Amino acid sequence: MSLTAPPLPDKSAQAIAAPMSASRQAWRRGLYRFSQSTLSIIGLILVLGLLLIAVTGPWIVPFPEHVTGSIATANRFRPPSAAHPFGTNELGQDVLTLVLAGTRVSLFAGLAVVLAGAFVGTVIGAVAGYAGGWVDEVLMRLSDLKLTVPGLIFAMAIAAALGPGLVNMVIAIAAGWWPGYARLVRGEVMSKKEEMFVTAARALGASPGRILFRHILPNVMTPIIVKMSLDMGFAILTVASLGFIGIGVKPPTPEWGALLSVSRNYMPDFWWTAIFPGLAIFIAVFGFNLLGDGLRDVFDPKARR
Amino acid sequence: MFLTIPVLLGLTVLVFAIGRLLPGDPVALAAGPNATPAEIAAYAREFGLDRPVWVQYATYLTGLLGGNFGVSIFTRRPVIEDLIAYTPATLELVFAAMALAVLIGIPAGLAAAVYRDRWPDYLSRVAALGAISMPRFFLGLLLQLAFAMWLGWLPLGGRFPLTDDPPRLVTGFLTVDALIAQDLSAFWTACRHLAMPAIAMSLSPLATIMRMMRASTLEVMQQDYVMTERALGLSQRLIVTKYVARNAISATLTVIGLYFGWLLGGTVLVETIFDWPGLGLYATKAVVTQDFMPVIGVTLVIGTLFVCANLLVDVLYGVVNPKVRTK
Repeated sequence: MSLTAPPLPDKSAQAIAAPMSASRQAWRRGLYRFSQSTLSIIGLILVLGLLLIAVTGPWIVPFPEHVTGSIATANRFRPPSAAHPFGTNELGQDVLTLVLAGTRVSLFAGLAVVLAGAFVGTVIGAVAGYAGGWVDEVLMRLSDLKLTVPGLIFAMAIAAALGPGLVNMVIAIAAGWWPGYARLVRGEVMSKKEEMFVTAARALGASPGRILFRHILPNVMTPIIVKMSLDMGFAILTVASLGFIGIGVKPPTPEWGALLSVSRNYMPDFWWTAIFPGLAIFIAVFGFNLLGDGLRDVFDPKARR
Repeated sequence: MFLTIPVLLGLTVLVFAIGRLLPGDPVALAAGPNATPAEIAAYAREFGLDRPVWVQYATYLTGLLGGNFGVSIFTRRPVIEDLIAYTPATLELVFAAMALAVLIGIPAGLAAAVYRDRWPDYLSRVAALGAISMPRFFLGLLLQLAFAMWLGWLPLGGRFPLTDDPPRLVTGFLTVDALIAQDLSAFWTACRHLAMPAIAMSLSPLATIMRMMRASTLEVMQQDYVMTERALGLSQRLIVTKYVARNAISATLTVIGLYFGWLLGGTVLVETIFDWPGLGLYATKAVVTQDFMPVIGVTLVIGTLFVCANLLVDVLYGVVNPKVRTK
């Protein structure tokens, strides 16, 4: 989301001194446009911060033993203080520790869902778009069908049948994540397969698989990556939703949605046990949405306003 | 429209497959923790769950033709009775949320486009992204904390106090029923219960409608006819409200239709928090106990409503945009 639209500095000294390749120039322009949008930069900073917390999590939390389920009942429900900035929960665990440790769980689960959804969707969409005919018809009706089912109920049903656990939850959500990518990739592939470089590859005797995965797909990666970044926030939200309902990750694994769900029972007196995990979800989703919006504005000129 | 039946048939296959082919033992769960294997087997026989999956599916489909949605293995209640009881509650919530989203989202989007790159625009755009990023269950919790627990203005949850007599059942929408019964105090009570869940539900469609409206308004304002109107000396106000808004709304309508279906499936979280006796709460309880007949029933109802909503949007298109009518 670019807040301002100043003229592009295409007559900078460099551009005149040494002509750049077209792709490098496009990147440079994209980078410039991205850096001009305050909101995108805020998004980038938030996401980088979250990634840093996710990677360094086990070493920076104040009470590492609380992450693995150790409890301290003498310290139950302490309000926020210097020793416990976010207070302590019903088991005497430090809420700040749990929220920081939950970053890794949420980011990992969100990323896994988006990657799996994008992979399956890309393959299905690419095959449908390239093959056409009845293959296309069958695959696309299948994705229509999936789009009619409410996503959360679908994920809940699969997660409940598979049983609790982080991996099962990722499978359950990812199972319904692919149709958007399938539609996107199908459309892109259908337009790209008519282009000259595909005809050239075919004339050289390349197999359909090679044409599709070596020649066409690399050319449609940009919209896929943009959609993935836009989807990250929503994936994290879905993970937290399942945790909140009580299907998916079980304690002691610190998951934001599950933390929030437990602390609901201790409102309003011990509000800090709910507010901080909730804020963490909001900040993570907000950060990824800002970043995704910024990337979309850079790569998709049509969406830019 | 003729595609509806195959799609719904496909839905039944899909949900049936999830319920019957994935691991998990719903019968043992329903029979209780102390049931012996013989009792579990007897339980399975009672509900026909010992037969092959395709026989179960065929039985289910035959029943469906006669309006029989199966029986919950947990409560032993016919699913159709529960669906009839819970659907109006969910619809009332979704309509209220959608009304809020449209009534606020469309003017806000128009205003953002008209005041492009000035502070109303920035403010509404940041607010919209924030609203989309806000987990509905967290917002619901914050609303409860503020308005029910601290201020005590609104009830914590539920649809109507158990101690009061609800208005006579006509439409199943408590607010409408109260008005039909001319019972203003019941209407006020129903509205007070509806307020927080509807606000929690409306935030994300509101933001999307606003963004969509802003984008399509900006597009329309660049059209030649708007410039002509400006050249003719029409006031900005007249141009925007009479000529631009109408054209911009037609693109936004599609989003509204899509969001309607999305909201129907998205009531799960809000209904859980506010203890709203609708389809979402019903489906959640059923999913947790792996009671699959109610899940298939809810999915079918939501699927049907979703298709109907999109059909309605197509019709409305014609009303808003005369160009579509001639086709």
